[in-house]
Amino acid sequence: MQKLSLRDKIKEARISAADSFRGGKLMSSIFRPGSPFRKGYVDSPRNRSYVVMNNVLYHLHPVKVKRHGVRLSYTLCLGGLSFFLFIVLTITGIWLMFYFRPTELAYVDIQNLQTSIAFGSLVRNMHRWGAHLMVLVVFLHMSRVFYHGAYKAPREFNWVIGVILLLLTLLLSFTGYLLPWDQLAIWAVTVGGNMAGYTPVIGAQAKFGLFAGLEATTATLLRFYVLHVLFLPFIIVIFMAVHFWRVRKDGGISGPL
Amino acid sequence: MVDIPEHLLLRTAEARAKALGISVEQALAEMKGQSEPTIISKEPDAQLLEETAVQEAEVPKSEPDVEKPKEEPAAEKTESEVITPIKEEHAAETPQKVAAVTIEEKPAAKAPAPAPEKPAAQAPAAKVSAPPAAAAKNGAPEEVDFAPEVKVTQRLLTVVKAKPIQKPVAEPVDKVNTWPHLMLPEFVSLMAMTAFLILLSAILQAPLLEEANPNVTPNPAKAPWYFLGLQELLSYWDPQIAGVMIPLVLGVVLWMAFPYIDRNPETNPSKRKFAIMFYTFFLAGAGVLTIIGVLFRGPGWNWTYPWIDGIWFDDLLDWIHFE
Ligand code: HEM
Repeated sequence: MQKLSLRDKIKEARISAADSFRGGKLMSSIFRPGSPFRKGYVDSPRNRSYVVMNNVLYHLHPVKVKRHGVRLSYTLCLGGLSFFLFIVLTITGIWLMFYFRPTELAYVDIQNLQTSIAFGSLVRNMHRWGAHLMVLVVFLHMSRVFYHGAYKAPREFNWVIGVILLLLTLLLSFTGYLLPWDQLAIWAVTVGGNMAGYTPVIGAQAKFGLFAGLEATTATLLRFYVLHVLFLPFIIVIFMAVHFWRVRKDGGISGPL
Repeated sequence: MVDIPEHLLLRTAEARAKALGISVEQALAEMKGQSEPTIISKEPDAQLLEETAVQEAEVPKSEPDVEKPKEEPAAEKTESEVITPIKEEHAAETPQKVAAVTIEEKPAAKAPAPAPEKPAAQAPAAKVSAPPAAAAKNGAPEEVDFAPEVKVTQRLLTVVKAKPIQKPVAEPVDKVNTWPHLMLPEFVSLMAMTAFLILLSAILQAPLLEEANPNVTPNPAKAPWYFLGLQELLSYWDPQIAGVMIPLVLGVVLWMAFPYIDRNPETNPSKRKFAIMFYTFFLAGAGVLTIIGVLFRGPGWNWTYPWIDGIWFDDLLDWIHFE
């Protein structure tokens, strides 16, 4: 029997410790069979299927997808990135909520956030640029869908849901625009609200409903805030769920062309 | 032996009676072995036998011939990872699986299939049924020369195309595992996007102007950039006259209904030139209007040149005033 060097012994001990941890009760209770985080994972077709199938990911992805659909050049990952930006915005947005009050203090809160809170400026910037980026990416996603003719049967209805998602994205962005309560915010929203005021017949009512008054005030701020952090995200998540579900039920990604 | 239902027996007997020119009762009796069989033909027809054999031997051969070339390309492109749904293609393409439906004549009847005298002339018809009647018309001698050992017990009656039991609905699709082939690229693009966003946020400060003041109107007052194209458009005509929301809502509704309006099923770009042109014009128009709104509009919504008069676009304040 060959004598092991100390180094080998340590290595062996480490491997066996890792193995017994990965094979232990805790890890097997967290990760379901087939997970790469379990002991004894090997890269086999069966396990590749299990990674998705035995996982919460199964809610988003099927086990297998069309070969042409995974080519980055087909979807450009734009739909996925729209969704991912939404998640980033949710996370940074919740963080911002800790420091923000939708009242006369809103402006001061943003100032303080930028000057006296760690990473405040960075997170605010991420939330803002992320929002602009999301509008852009969703728009690009729509264009890619259009150019591929991916709205054609049986995907017509997913296009309808998509347009609703686009509107919701714009509304989210627009309601968020008011929240810093600076001159840019209030006047951009005033311009938008005044456009609504030109609606034939119900113009005045539409404007009044949007502003919670005759012009942009802190009442408008509160209204936009509730819409922005609660109502619209809630609605958009529901529509996204239907959107993703339909992508799968309509037979996965369209094409190839 | 299996009991043959009476009605089938009767039908067979009728056919036989007609063929042999005997009464139905007689035929029935013969078939049941209660009576001596009527014998017409002289000898069992060797050629008929042969033909039947040849037919049966040939037909299965042709099957793989037709099928092979179809299957091969598929086999080429599909690697191990491709699902080929249970022989779908196979079933779908199986050209003619030929089944020889045979009639077994009861040995009890001891009646060989009567064969014509001139087999060559009768050959085609023989495939369907032995034509003793025709033979009789030809004046075939009703010679009784029957060797019990050489019984013709099988005839090719008809050729039936095989149909798959399970009807394949979908063509097999070239598929790959989501993990890792889709999830890795997704993960990479997600990381790239995060990196880009953090970098952008680190170098570009989001604007925060003076506190909101309803009494001080900035000039110009611009909407967020994604509405600037619209604002630009509305500056061309009196919004009061054009109406805003109704055309907008109409536009949105029409846009939602687009898949139901565009009934052309083609996805190939060269076969939907109009749609492509339409959207490209839309994109170009929206892009131009937005750029005008962002860069070329100054105080009083007057035309300005960004390189002469500067830019009025507070969203990118930090970038515009970058020295
Ligand atoms: C919040 C906004 C949106 C999110 C998160 C989203 C997400 C997605 C995702 C992840 C896919 C899978 C394929 C891909 O990545 O391209 C997809 C497909 C699709 N999306 Fe969206 N989408 C959004 C907005 C839209 C919009 C605005 C439209 C069109 C008006 C649209 C129409 C479609 C259609 C028709 C498909 C199926 C495409 C195909 O099968 O090739 N979506 N979406």
